[in-house]
Amino acid sequence: MSGEGFPRGATAIAGLATFGVGEMPGFSAMEMAARAGLLAVADAGLTLAAVDGLFICLPDDLFAGLSFAEYLGLRPRHTDNNRTGGASFMSHVATAAAMLDAGMIDVALIAHGSNQRSGGGKLSTPARSNDYEAPYRPMFPLSSYALAAARHMHQFGTTREQLAAVAVAARGWANTNPEAFATGPLTIADCLASRMISSPISVRDCCLVTDGAAAIVMTRTDRARDLPQSLVPVLGAAAATWWTAISQAPDITITAAVESGARAYAMAGVSAAEIDVVQVYDAFTINTILFMEDLGFCSKGEGGDFVTGGGIAPGGRLAVNTNGGGLSCCHPGMNGLMGIVEAARQVRGTAANAIPDAELSLAHGNGGTLSAQATVILGSAATL
Amino acid sequence: MSGAELEWRAALAEGRFLLQRGVRSGRAFFPPRIAEPETGEPVEWFEPSGRGTVYSVTVIGQKPPLQAYHVALIELAEGPRLMSRVEGLPTDAIRIGMAVTARIVQEDGQALLVFDPA
Repeated sequence: MSGEGFPRGATAIAGLATFGVGEMPGFSAMEMAARAGLLAVADAGLTLAAVDGLFICLPDDLFAGLSFAEYLGLRPRHTDNNRTGGASFMSHVATAAAMLDAGMIDVALIAHGSNQRSGGGKLSTPARSNDYEAPYRPMFPLSSYALAAARHMHQFGTTREQLAAVAVAARGWANTNPEAFATGPLTIADCLASRMISSPISVRDCCLVTDGAAAIVMTRTDRARDLPQSLVPVLGAAAATWWTAISQAPDITITAAVESGARAYAMAGVSAAEIDVVQVYDAFTINTILFMEDLGFCSKGEGGDFVTGGGIAPGGRLAVNTNGGGLSCCHPGMNGLMGIVEAARQVRGTAANAIPDAELSLAHGNGGTLSAQATVILGSAATL
Repeated sequence: MSGAELEWRAALAEGRFLLQRGVRSGRAFFPPRIAEPETGEPVEWFEPSGRGTVYSVTVIGQKPPLQAYHVALIELAEGPRLMSRVEGLPTDAIRIGMAVTARIVQEDGQALLVFDPA
């Protein structure tokens, strides 16, 4: 298969950090992203002055690239303010890898931060329903995911119990992750009894609303070899956008993850069956089921069965959202970068729930209403 | 002469539900655009049958005394899908696959497309 010109393994994640995961009252989104950025640069053994490529998306600042550069006194040779929701950061990785490999930049900093829990307690986003849909008062973005879930249930017999299994699995991982915000027992029955919001999505089918910031530093792999952390090369990064409004989905049960995943696998030269550990953007429980199918871990329509019986819980058939995901670890809005950090920690062997001998680690981002999809595949040094 | 969105809204306000299709392809789409998506080719207006089926539906709960309401995706007989609602039935009686027909109502000072059970 074609590698699509992606510089497989030519760049690597040399530094990473999270900050303020859960609650961090008194901090702005900018302050949190800046702190995470500084921590990631230090983790890479570099100085701020070395950063010459900036990639960022903040919830409340449409010109975040400019603001962040000013805030930390950066003068980037390239500023990327790509804004495809929670898929933004996977797209940032794709662009950063290409620009690093081309020699246009030497050190890329990718950052995100949000204070949406302390700052208001609701999803912080400037996005909304379009003018054709708004008069019918869908909840944005929740009802769009509910419409996808309802159709998936109708078409494939997926059940609320299977949706609940996703939330229970996420909690299982979170319970052994000290960084996770939501911990404690959670059963299928708890989920089924939780308040219905926009059917079939109930409270426990929804991700958290938390604060949190994350950042990664990317360099060319030859340079990363001389830096302090173990090597996490980027083997593939692909993005796809098929629609923005859910009414425009040709088939509401199939997302553009089919395309981004297939292209990322082709770049990396690996198949879904070879992936050791997976992070997917679980804004709602239906996401995880759709992405298990669309990323090729099971067939279309079989996602419900795949997650049943602890299939993606600790000890299950596939390690998915090993930090507890957006459902139980944290969801600072546009959660993609948290997934990339967790995926990289798995390769390093430093994740709280480290999967033994994780060599191939996938992080998948979702933006809008199942609209923008982007997939990153990381490897260990042995995969080069 | 105006953009496609304004033309569509003006027709709806006059009680006419219009769709567009590619002049060459005959393929219908929604929402209205200044060119056919995917090809960029010229488009023309036509009056669709108004018939459709419920493609998906979600019921949105509200705190009492506010009542639950629903949002549906309607697949039109001509192919395109749009967001709307089905009137005249309890929210829990609206099913995927149900046949519906379009009607224009006035709501909040503007014309709005809704659907009735066929």
